[in-house]
Amino acid sequence: MEFGPFLLLALMEGLVTAAVLALTASGLSLVFGIMRVVNVAHGAFFMLGAVLAWFTAQWVPGPPAVAFAVALIVCPLIVGAIAALADTAILKRLNYEPEATIVATIGLLYILEQAALSLFGPDARPVPAPFNIRLQLPWFGYSGYKLAVVAAAIIVLLGVWLILKHTRAGLVMRATQIDRDTARAFGINVDRVYAGVFAMGAGLAAIAAVLIVPIQQAHYLMGGDPLLLSFIVVIIGGLGSLRGTLVAALLIGLSDGVISTFFAPTLAKIIATLVVALVLVFRPQGLFGTRTT
Amino acid sequence: MLTLTGIDAGYGEVQVLRGLSLEARTGEVLCVMGRNGAGKSTMLKTIMGQVRATSGAILLDDTRIDGLPAHEVPRHGIGYVPQGRRLFGDLTVAENIEIGLMTRSKGARVRDSVLDLFPRLRERMGQVSCTLSGGEQQMLAIARALCLEPKVLLLDEPTEGLQPSMIALIRDTVVALKKTGVATILVEQRVDAALSVGDRISFMVGGAVVETMPAKGLSAASAHFATYVGV
Repeated sequence: MEFGPFLLLALMEGLVTAAVLALTASGLSLVFGIMRVVNVAHGAFFMLGAVLAWFTAQWVPGPPAVAFAVALIVCPLIVGAIAALADTAILKRLNYEPEATIVATIGLLYILEQAALSLFGPDARPVPAPFNIRLQLPWFGYSGYKLAVVAAAIIVLLGVWLILKHTRAGLVMRATQIDRDTARAFGINVDRVYAGVFAMGAGLAAIAAVLIVPIQQAHYLMGGDPLLLSFIVVIIGGLGSLRGTLVAALLIGLSDGVISTFFAPTLAKIIATLVVALVLVFRPQGLFGTRTT
Repeated sequence: MLTLTGIDAGYGEVQVLRGLSLEARTGEVLCVMGRNGAGKSTMLKTIMGQVRATSGAILLDDTRIDGLPAHEVPRHGIGYVPQGRRLFGDLTVAENIEIGLMTRSKGARVRDSVLDLFPRLRERMGQVSCTLSGGEQQMLAIARALCLEPKVLLLDEPTEGLQPSMIALIRDTVVALKKTGVATILVEQRVDAALSVGDRISFMVGGAVVETMPAKGLSAASAHFATYVGV
């Protein structure tokens, strides 16, 4: 294949990575931005979404598209409910102390992974794609499902943006992010906001997982890479900045696609890590974050 | 009427309020004065449920509010303008007002009446609040609290750092609210501001009210101010 089409293929692969990464990382960024909680269990919520999608595919009869549609709705709701429960039972009782919540979410990560191992088993399991359409370009054929993943991610992220900027719930979240004590002085139930935000963050990870699992397969340890990449993205974009998260996800996703295709996936990870190191040294607040003193 | 009786409160091991008692009556401005560290702001935070009272009682009319979660307190009709305004700085004026209206069902009517008090805010509804001038920020902080249609209004040093014209506007607003039956607790360091709007003045020392007297019985030269406020 010539260079041009090869580059196009690499960019399309990168776009799929970027889309899923943007969804996953925006959940992490939302939780940190509003709750100031570094959620180490975020990757486990991603994994849970994928594993639940596999269970759904087993239980729901009919064509794969039906099971997939059910999974896309039900799995994020279940994962969100588990996250809200974890927030109320664990994080709230720790009064959202930064150090304590890091340790608690490490514990939560371990519990969720072990629970998945016990119920799901150690093997990677495939989930069928809802449809198998091959898009024939002049130079190569490409999976129509992968392009649908990109479109779905854009729609979900647009939805998140609309909720944050143009709904009462979003206004409450933004006010709580700025000053939770003053928010309480105006009748905002901050505990409920935090439970909702934690659920929303986990739900976004679960949506990303359901979208990607027909491409990747479900496995109880699959949350590690998305967690690491999400941290890379939110550090580069600026902790708590949704706009920065999206730009950084695009940057990391596309570079990952191009470098993995032309060189090696490991080199892509090394370069991403180097970029993080450079950002931490020269702009520790991230590309779109604001510096706090 | 808001009544505090024997309130102890503080931050962790540090006790700030020690058996504090006071009473804010309907249609009255009660000024609370004292030196830095006397516990004035902590008293307001304790009323709002942001600092927990470890003993004593806070009653709004006949309802005990000291055990309520902090977000329930404003729903009972207590508006709070914290020290330093504490606006939601990244939100617009309109959004700050909307936050104030969260607990109200008849939002549009209340918003209009509040903006009638501060017409300048009406011209800046789309402006991000941290870009307002100091006086406009204070107007917004008071307007946001008034959106709760409070029975009791808590003001923590609202004239701090403001120019005279803005101080006069805030004084006029407090006087106007008094006529509508709102009970106001005004924490104030400026003697002239306290004397111009206050009906009674309570002096705090060491986390307790040591003396309360009618403002009419005091002048700027009174020894009380030198003794309790240090001016």
